[in-house]
Amino acid sequence: MKINRRKFLNSILGIGGIGGILSIFYPIVSYLIPPKMAEPKVNSVKAGSTSDFAANSYKIVKFGRKPVILIKTVDNQYKALSASCTHLDCIVQYKSDTKQIWCACHNGIYDLNGRNISGPPPRPLEQYDVKIVKDEIVITKMG
Amino acid sequence: MLKNIGSKIVSSIDERYDLTPVRNLLQHKKVPEHRHSVWYYMGGVTLFLFIVQLLTGILLLLYYRPGEDSAYESVRFIVTEVKFGWLIRNVHSWSANLLVLFAFVHMFSVFFSKAYQKPRELTWITGFIILVFSLAFGFSGYLLPWNELAFFATKVGTDIVGVVPVIGQPLKVLLRGGEDVTGATLSRFFGIHVAILPAIFTFFLALHLLFIQRQGMHEPEEFKNLPEEKKKYIPFFPDFALKDFLLWVVVFNVLIFLALYFPWELGNKADAFASAPKGIRPEWYFMFMFQSLKFLPAHILFIEGELLGVLFFGVAGLVWMMVPYIKIKHRSGWKFQPLTLIGIFVVIFIVIMTVLGYLL
Repeated sequence: MKINRRKFLNSILGIGGIGGILSIFYPIVSYLIPPKMAEPKVNSVKAGSTSDFAANSYKIVKFGRKPVILIKTVDNQYKALSASCTHLDCIVQYKSDTKQIWCACHNGIYDLNGRNISGPPPRPLEQYDVKIVKDEIVITKMG
Repeated sequence: MLKNIGSKIVSSIDERYDLTPVRNLLQHKKVPEHRHSVWYYMGGVTLFLFIVQLLTGILLLLYYRPGEDSAYESVRFIVTEVKFGWLIRNVHSWSANLLVLFAFVHMFSVFFSKAYQKPRELTWITGFIILVFSLAFGFSGYLLPWNELAFFATKVGTDIVGVVPVIGQPLKVLLRGGEDVTGATLSRFFGIHVAILPAIFTFFLALHLLFIQRQGMHEPEEFKNLPEEKKKYIPFFPDFALKDFLLWVVVFNVLIFLALYFPWELGNKADAFASAPKGIRPEWYFMFMFQSLKFLPAHILFIEGELLGVLFFGVAGLVWMMVPYIKIKHRSGWKFQPLTLIGIFVVIFIVIMTVLGYLL
């Protein structure tokens, strides 16, 4: 195949042009992708004292950047589970009347072990360990 | 005297830029008169509401401060401290809702009168794009006051994007400005709402209006088949324009009435570490999708129900956009055209799902 002058110049210009456009869009697209924030390595958090936490109630605790639901059951047991609904990321709550974990967004229901028992959630809630150290509740990651 | 000055200005512009095309358009453009003429006004009302959005939006921009620690407070400041701030915000919220409503009415009226058919395919497609961007405006604007309802609606809305295979997760991070809905999301949504969307929206709106001006009003089949002498037209200018204006005044009054008597609540400030309150729901125009997703079980066969629902709505939207290119043969025995039946089904589905969303 014979390449004439015009064809040669056109392809040089074309490749150069594409390169030029890419060199504009690459930084823009990279700029749009948010930088990875260093996730604070949290393995355990303190969640207040046992005395000012009534039975059959709950609270949402900050575990690093993630919310964790801490429940004190009727028989004074502690349960800690990820509070982010596995369906669409809403934050769940404890229903003291039904003794279940409920997500208000789409009516997803979990039992106290985090198992998804009704509604749209596709997976169970992640479990956390709860220890009582000198009257203080400590939540730690499992495993 | 004023008239004299006016005509002098016009003639001096005319001398330099030749206003013949504009004059021709104003003199010769006409609008068909028939029993479905009322639908011609829906697009105009939508346009009017967009102008209201633009103006009130600019006003809100003067006091609104994006940011986790300032957004909610600044909106509260606008509605409690700034003179007539409550009015501007209420008008902006109400007008947004009416805009979407009229855009839907406009779209369905075009659909059922078959105005999208050749040669107006591109008018339909640009119109559909404008509608999608109106919804994006609504979605991004909903978060800006940074209240509880908006926070969780945004969590759910952006998480839905995440279920799409391959591109879903990166897109979700891109939208949220990180893994979670945070102040970074708010900054992004603010930028999208006040800069990116208006730019894109205005471009497609200009195209849409240009197409309409080039092709004139669509004439429905039954009107086209009338003998020439029975076809009635009114001039676009001033007759139609004045009627249009009159309707704009009526809509404006309704808007002010709504803003005065049904103020938009601000609610509680968003808290990323609080349980989602009862009654979390999106804006009404997302309700039918929200409700449909609620009805889907966690898994359908081996696919997540959510994913199937999202894909379904995505494909359905694309098909709807491509309606001008869909040809279904009409058999002589059929009372309704198949596309009309599909349209009726779509309307019924949207209405029922929306109503269920509020009842259940």
